[in-house]
Amino acid sequence: MRFVDEFRDQEKARALAADIAALCEPRRQYKFMEVCGGHTHTIYKHGLEDYLPEAVTMVHGPGCPVCVIPMGRVDDAISIARQEDVIMTSFGDMMRVPGSRGSFLDSNAAGSDIRMVYSPLDSLKIARDNPAKRVVFMAIGFETTAPSTAMTLLRASDEGLGNFSVFCNHVLVNPAIKAILGSPGMALDGFVGPGHVTTVIGCEPYGWIAKDYRKPLVVSGFEPLDILQSVRMLLLQLREGRCQVENQYTRAVAWEGNPRARAVIDEVMELRPTFEWRGLGSIPRSALRLKEKYAAFDAERLFDVPGVRVADPKACQCGEVLKGAIKPWECKVFGTACTPETPIGTCMVSSEGACAAYYNFGRFDRRKVREASRV
Amino acid sequence: MCLGIPGEVVEVGAGRPDLAKVDVSGVRRVVNIGLIEEEGVRPGDWVLIHVGFALSKLDEEEARLTLSYLEQIGQAYEDELKALSRSEIE
Amino acid sequence: MNGPHTPAAERGVGEVPDGPGDAPTSPAPSAEQAVLERIERARRRKPRVAEERITLSHGSGGKATHNLVEALFLEAFRNPLLEPLEDQALLHLDGEHVAFTTDSFVVSPLFFPGGDIGELAVNGTVNDLAVSGARPLYLSAGFILEEGFPVQDLRRVINSMASAAQHAGVKVVTGDTKVVQRGKADGCYINTSGIGVLERPERLSASAAREGDAVIVSGPIGDHGVTVMLARGELDIESDVRSDTAALTPLVELLLDAAPGTRCIRDATRGGVATICNEFAQASEVALVLDEHRVPVRAEVRGASEILGIDPLYVACEGRFVAVVPGDQARPAVDALRSHPLGEGAEIVGRVLSEPRGVVLLNTEFGGSRIVDMLVGDPLPRIC
Repeated sequence: MRFVDEFRDQEKARALAADIAALCEPRRQYKFMEVCGGHTHTIYKHGLEDYLPEAVTMVHGPGCPVCVIPMGRVDDAISIARQEDVIMTSFGDMMRVPGSRGSFLDSNAAGSDIRMVYSPLDSLKIARDNPAKRVVFMAIGFETTAPSTAMTLLRASDEGLGNFSVFCNHVLVNPAIKAILGSPGMALDGFVGPGHVTTVIGCEPYGWIAKDYRKPLVVSGFEPLDILQSVRMLLLQLREGRCQVENQYTRAVAWEGNPRARAVIDEVMELRPTFEWRGLGSIPRSALRLKEKYAAFDAERLFDVPGVRVADPKACQCGEVLKGAIKPWECKVFGTACTPETPIGTCMVSSEGACAAYYNFGRFDRRKVREASRV
Repeated sequence: MCLGIPGEVVEVGAGRPDLAKVDVSGVRRVVNIGLIEEEGVRPGDWVLIHVGFALSKLDEEEARLTLSYLEQIGQAYEDELKALSRSEIE
Repeated sequence: MNGPHTPAAERGVGEVPDGPGDAPTSPAPSAEQAVLERIERARRRKPRVAEERITLSHGSGGKATHNLVEALFLEAFRNPLLEPLEDQALLHLDGEHVAFTTDSFVVSPLFFPGGDIGELAVNGTVNDLAVSGARPLYLSAGFILEEGFPVQDLRRVINSMASAAQHAGVKVVTGDTKVVQRGKADGCYINTSGIGVLERPERLSASAAREGDAVIVSGPIGDHGVTVMLARGELDIESDVRSDTAALTPLVELLLDAAPGTRCIRDATRGGVATICNEFAQASEVALVLDEHRVPVRAEVRGASEILGIDPLYVACEGRFVAVVPGDQARPAVDALRSHPLGEGAEIVGRVLSEPRGVVLLNTEFGGSRIVDMLVGDPLPRIC
């Protein structure tokens, strides 16, 4: 068992596809949102839509942490990075995200030192190796990533590493789902739930989606067969008139999640009263900040952060895309003014963004290709 | 949103008790296992790795159950295909 | 609540489609099609450099590099010899057909498993000549050295250049040295230029691919890029991967002997196999369709790519090429390549179709299909 290739098997996929098609009621359209950008990536990278019947549409949700970072936060990060003796670090995906006056890459071209790291622990190492510099880790991510930031900060605290701090942008998945379910014209039939977030928070926190909104949610793994099976489980629930939280990803996700990881988050972080999301606007209690106790490691307190709210560019419809109200290609600037090389919206930046995934992987007429391939 | 990849633990306590060396198809990296310490991590275990931290242990038994369940669907599909082709012959 | 292992009794398999996604997937094909056409028009627009300053993306070999080359360099230097933007210029000098190329090497670290900057500097330029079908003959070598650079390291670099040159059958016949202040360069940069003679009748061109051709890769991809990324040490990943740096001259000879109709060859350096395939598809106005399961990737390269969240198709090689050959010559071509140690892992990885023009498609291992676009920016580790 290697936990990867086994879940990419074509035969099983064909059987699942047949089963999914058979479960669809005649003349009914199904819209399922995969909340997580990792799922969006899997769907496009493996060409999974080739296995789905016309009746099933996947709507790509807000679960790409890069895509939901508003321009103002990028500007804030750059303003920190421009201060004397600062090394800013963040994950690779952040490097090209546009702020109102350019991205991290542009800022580096103008003299900043913003470095890409694979793990927050790598930032810690940079801080140790550069005692004369102030090293700021720009933390992004949902509940999956927050424990790693918290553990890193605790380690810095243990070591008394005074030149390390965190610019915290961790966000929570449930408030985003709530914002989507609450927006007008929403016509989703169910959710493919974020598997890796759930390894931390467990399945229980989604209960309200089934109970209050009568939408099924299936916590899903990230291999293509996982997603197909999750779609099948959603269809089964609908056919049987059930609305439940189910767990497809049982090999990685315990129903109760990871209590230790939650405890670490609780030790270091607390809810922000409100946080601005790209395209979704301000959502109350939707993000985390560092507790007072760890003020010495909080870049927002240590640095003069302008915190100016920057409106999303007018032409950009990232918000509509994130809510699943329009498909990426229905955005007015998609593929012309907004491309992966010159992104206007964040959905076009991260390879997990709905727009970038469609542009990079899905930008072709499937029927034409099928015809051509048969020649 | 959150890339997590399976890796096999090859060594626990690589330098520190909360570290383990994992193997991902032939390449090795030290990861922090502080978040799953209580579950007791041993060489041979598979873990899910995210930004240098192990988030959870992977359950081989559960993985097998999922696959054999999918196998059953496949079997039903095969039977159906066979039935379909028979019906065409007649 | 339920796990995934609910009894399968409720299943009634009704209609069985005869393959994945038999039905069209888009509910509004005409609107989507219009958008796709609009995008293709936008993509054919004259490239321009929108940035105020050079960023690292401009050096990654992907789209930003292409924009820079076409919007700035080609505009300024435009002439018929430069215009094809091949890896080398083909000159007609005094009755001889000569290939001429140049390349600069700034790799960090300077020494890595399987090679060093000196070996790269020779093989890279040799390969840019070889893939035109030329026999590489002479190289120049320019050094930009940083104050404080250990002479012992320089000696090591030069020795491996000398041995690589001897191995590739070329001579370093001229050179130059500059030293810059400490901090103004990263130890040692090398530029090499090279000339070779075209003795064979074949004239290869990226615009020559046509429907029915086959796409060949000469061996496992991504070894060099992954090796260097890991050798930087920032990722703390251990592996036994080694750079694939090698002179491709003998392999090109074997290919052209076995497949005299060969359309085009390029070595898959920056931007990887994906970028070369896109260059062929665009220059020839054809579609390249690759089969993911046929693309050779070593397990370790796959593993490192998984950890970093990058796609091996975009990772650089320094001793592999991509070639397009007529369909009926593909088999003999691969057999010939495999007879040489450098080509042991050669595979037919795809074929050329007429539509959709200018696009590279991939049939995934999972049985789906997707686009393989030009690389945008560096292949950044994807964590989230």
